[in-house]
Amino acid sequence: MELARAIILGASAIGAGLAMIAGIGPGIGQGYAAGKASEAVGRQPEASGDIMRTMLIGCAVAESTGIYGFVVAIILLFINPLIGML
Amino acid sequence: MNGPKLIFQLPFGINITETVFLSWCIIVAVALLLLYLTHDMEKVPTKKRQVIAEWIVETMNNLVKENMGEKFMGFAPYIAGLFTYSILGSLIGLIGLRPVTADINTTATWAVTTALMVQIVKVRTSGFGGYLKGFAEPVAAITPLNIISEFSTPVSMAFRHFGNIAAGMVISSLIYMGLASLSAAIHLPIPLLQVGLPAILSLYFDIFSGFMQAYIFCMLTMVFISSAAE
Repeated sequence: MELARAIILGASAIGAGLAMIAGIGPGIGQGYAAGKASEAVGRQPEASGDIMRTMLIGCAVAESTGIYGFVVAIILLFINPLIGML
Repeated sequence: MNGPKLIFQLPFGINITETVFLSWCIIVAVALLLLYLTHDMEKVPTKKRQVIAEWIVETMNNLVKENMGEKFMGFAPYIAGLFTYSILGSLIGLIGLRPVTADINTTATWAVTTALMVQIVKVRTSGFGGYLKGFAEPVAAITPLNIISEFSTPVSMAFRHFGNIAAGMVISSLIYMGLASLSAAIHLPIPLLQVGLPAILSLYFDIFSGFMQAYIFCMLTMVFISSAAE
């Protein structure tokens, strides 16, 4: 029983780490959005307010997948539903 | 990192947690501040506090007018309330309290409120029949996907705000623990290494992230509501 618990805890910690790989995607996506926004501001400086707003919303939406990964990691680390299944 | 602590329990199993208590503190503080700012107003402002009150209202009205148009000015108080509550809820992390927005219940409540408003605006603009028909656009086979996307919007909004603030909390507490054990490893009598670095991180995670998420949440609310009216 103790061994099973230890294995579940260790595996959950590894799983939480793996879940955070989801952070790569939003990083690339937000960087791409920010780069394009800088380009757009360089081309049309007078529209910088609108571009900024659009970019922020786009970044926020792109971030969702990373946040889902983070929520899975938090659940595995702090609430761990798997231990209850023993 | 832990969940919000239970302070006391009301009858019928209503739990008063840290989040609920701090939320009420924020609401009372903001209400008192606004009562003070709008106390005996004049037609031509001579007092500083009335100027501040007018500036707040004007800023919020302009934000809503720019993003939603003249037609939706009725939403300005809701957006202003959301914005204030969200910013203060994240900023109380600076004085060592648990941020209200690092609790999924708070952000989920806002997201559900926004989602309900979106549905109401949709029903109002196109009528109940048109609202139901809107799910079968562009083809009838896509109806389940439309229903799922209707539900996933509030879920992603709630998780986004919660996740950002909670991630900041997890990372700062990890750094605090790491610095404490590092100071213990080099035999310092007090954890001296904890000075400095956490303050810089707190600047990003508490102040920048708090403002950003409040802004994004309000922006998304405005975008969703005004696009529901088309």
